[in-house]
Amino acid sequence: MSKFLNLAALTFAVGLTGTTAMAEPTGLGRPATPDEVAAWDIDVRPDGLGLPEGSGSVADGEPIFAERCASCHGDFGEAVDRWPVLAGGIDTLTSARPVKTIGSYWPYLSTVWDYVHRAMPFGDAQSLTADETYSITAYLLYLNDLVDDDFELSRENFTEVAMPNAEGFYPDDRTETAVWKNRAPCMTDCKPEVKITARAQVVDVTPDDPTSKHSMAAPATDEAAKEEATQVAAAPAVDPALVKAGEKVFKKCKACHAVGDKAKHKIGPHLNGIFGRAAGTAEGFKKYSKDMQKAGADGLVWDEETLATFLAKPKSMIKRTKMAFAGLKKEDDLTAVIAYLKAMTE
Amino acid sequence: MTEKTPTSRRTFLKGGLAAGGALAAAPALAAGDPAILEVQPWANELGEGVDVKPYGTPSPYEAHVRRRNVPWLTADPVSSINFTPLHELDGVITPNGLCFERHHSGVAEVDPAKYRLMINGLVERELVFTMADLKRFPRENRAYFLECAANSGMEWRGAQLNGCQFTHGMIHNVIYTGIPLKTILEEAGLKTNAKWIMPEGADAAAMTRSVPIEKALDDCLVAFAMNGEALRPEQGYPVRLVVPGWEGNMWVKWLRRIEVGDMPWHHREETSKYTDLMANGKARRFTWEMDAKSVITNPSPQAPILHGKGKTIITGVAWSGRGTIKEVHVTTDGGRNWHQARIDGPSWDKSMHRFYYEFDWDGSPLLLQSRAVDSTGYVQPTKNELRAVRGENSIYHNNGIQTWHVNANGEAENVEIS
Repeated sequence: MSKFLNLAALTFAVGLTGTTAMAEPTGLGRPATPDEVAAWDIDVRPDGLGLPEGSGSVADGEPIFAERCASCHGDFGEAVDRWPVLAGGIDTLTSARPVKTIGSYWPYLSTVWDYVHRAMPFGDAQSLTADETYSITAYLLYLNDLVDDDFELSRENFTEVAMPNAEGFYPDDRTETAVWKNRAPCMTDCKPEVKITARAQVVDVTPDDPTSKHSMAAPATDEAAKEEATQVAAAPAVDPALVKAGEKVFKKCKACHAVGDKAKHKIGPHLNGIFGRAAGTAEGFKKYSKDMQKAGADGLVWDEETLATFLAKPKSMIKRTKMAFAGLKKEDDLTAVIAYLKAMTE
Repeated sequence: MTEKTPTSRRTFLKGGLAAGGALAAAPALAAGDPAILEVQPWANELGEGVDVKPYGTPSPYEAHVRRRNVPWLTADPVSSINFTPLHELDGVITPNGLCFERHHSGVAEVDPAKYRLMINGLVERELVFTMADLKRFPRENRAYFLECAANSGMEWRGAQLNGCQFTHGMIHNVIYTGIPLKTILEEAGLKTNAKWIMPEGADAAAMTRSVPIEKALDDCLVAFAMNGEALRPEQGYPVRLVVPGWEGNMWVKWLRRIEVGDMPWHHREETSKYTDLMANGKARRFTWEMDAKSVITNPSPQAPILHGKGKTIITGVAWSGRGTIKEVHVTTDGGRNWHQARIDGPSWDKSMHRFYYEFDWDGSPLLLQSRAVDSTGYVQPTKNELRAVRGENSIYHNNGIQTWHVNANGEAENVEIS
């Protein structure tokens, strides 16, 4: 590797000599138990270290992907909105708009398994079993045309899968470039003329800033702040502790749903005005399942009771709802999140 | 290039300039300045007593000083970034509440009573520490900048965002209190084949990066305080890793575990992300150091010159992940001639430096740039010099020189020049 590591290796050797001389443990902390290490040591490396027992096929992966992943990544890994594209992009790395996917860019399959297992699905991390993760990984390989549809991935055959871009990376070489070697900056008469070649105002993508002091907006006064505080305090006759608890539960929802002032549709519809509204009819939301729309047409209206039933187990009420959420198991969580939604939408 | 009519920005800048003019004209009134002649409310009425704000907040007149995001950048604010308002700050320390945020699964709210740090892998003793345990180790105070590798990334293909908050605001500079990582690794006892560590976060992203052992034993800190108080939740409360001079993504927040190994893990954030794709389709990886960089924060698009011609202060910040800043040069004519700027304030290793260039503005348009030179002798390059090496697709690690065009009204715009 580069100079850095050579130099660093030297430092390390010196460091080690020092270590043996002064590494008298203080005794702070305590030994980790084997169960504790097993609970947290979830990482997987390219050589397969860290992979648990298990397996899963492309066929197993398809329905799991459809239920847990497709709402953001699309049924074929093509992605919804600005969520990451997972498939395709082969031969685009030298183009003006490279598409960096698992198939076109990621050098190791272990990275896929590790990441899906530790951080996905978004908003419900670390909920996938080892077999489910093998299945999703197999399906992702299939979506990228890297395996056939009868492929099964397991701990045993895992390291046999080679990724197309495995050789696509090399160590940092910035210190070997012309930029690094230029050590004599010019101070006077450095160039004959200067022309503007690009302008941000033409691109026009900077967010507007209503609070800028150059808009000379009046600062919020204490009176205004107090008035707002009184209004908030006087408004709802609900249990604030319950609403607070509901806000925490809503964290499970907010990857896909927004509620309250300025809420917009995300993966799921915003929830303002949900109470008293027919299912599947939020204005401007176009991604409802057919089943959800039908339920609304058949008379399903959202109230505390219907929401409680739906949120306890969405798919038992609306069979093919696109909401990829298993449901709230605890009665307390249900009550709290509904109280929160009421407080936020009234 | 088509000249589109500039947006609402110009309109409100005009408003601002008009107001600024009025302010400057006020003392010329025959009788004198009402701000002096009239008794102001704060000179007459009693103010709030102590304890009204047990945790103080800035003046309401500073309500515009805010972190801000660029909504179109990301799919969702839970996995997104906002920006430090560099144009509103002076000195070298970023206030805790203005440090930019970058989360991959939102802000984890970790209960310090349930906080544990585990060290496992190639060590003699796999250990668990509580907060109380950590606070019994000898600790150090060090100021370091933290810059996201994607800072200025949106500017790689051309001038895009009008404001140094957006072009350069993925950076902050605070004083950390923490335990040298070396101390903690030695407590566990490194095995002879220990070559890498992998810090891991406790949040729902469970962020991981591979860090070579040489860096881990050099200047990394396991930090629990910033600017004298507990870390903010959005900066990793109660404990984060500090990896001085290296890209921000490695500074794992809500640090729960450090595994020691004999090779890198090649996890998502060091393969799919934070690798630098070159024109030939190959990508640099493990580009950890943040190269020397600087930006003029005032004037800049969000902070125009309001006072007209005459005595003018150009100020900005500079930093290098490879040491200190030795010189900053400022040009007002687009790089034809450069002047030495004055560096004032502390010059700490891998920490932000503040520079000033005072001059008499004659009211003619300016093309402002700053150029940093660090303690290794490295000279901050132009974007074109970087593009000549990297091509068009390497959006990370853009440390190229920034240009602001200041017109005769004092309004500044983000531009690129030949």
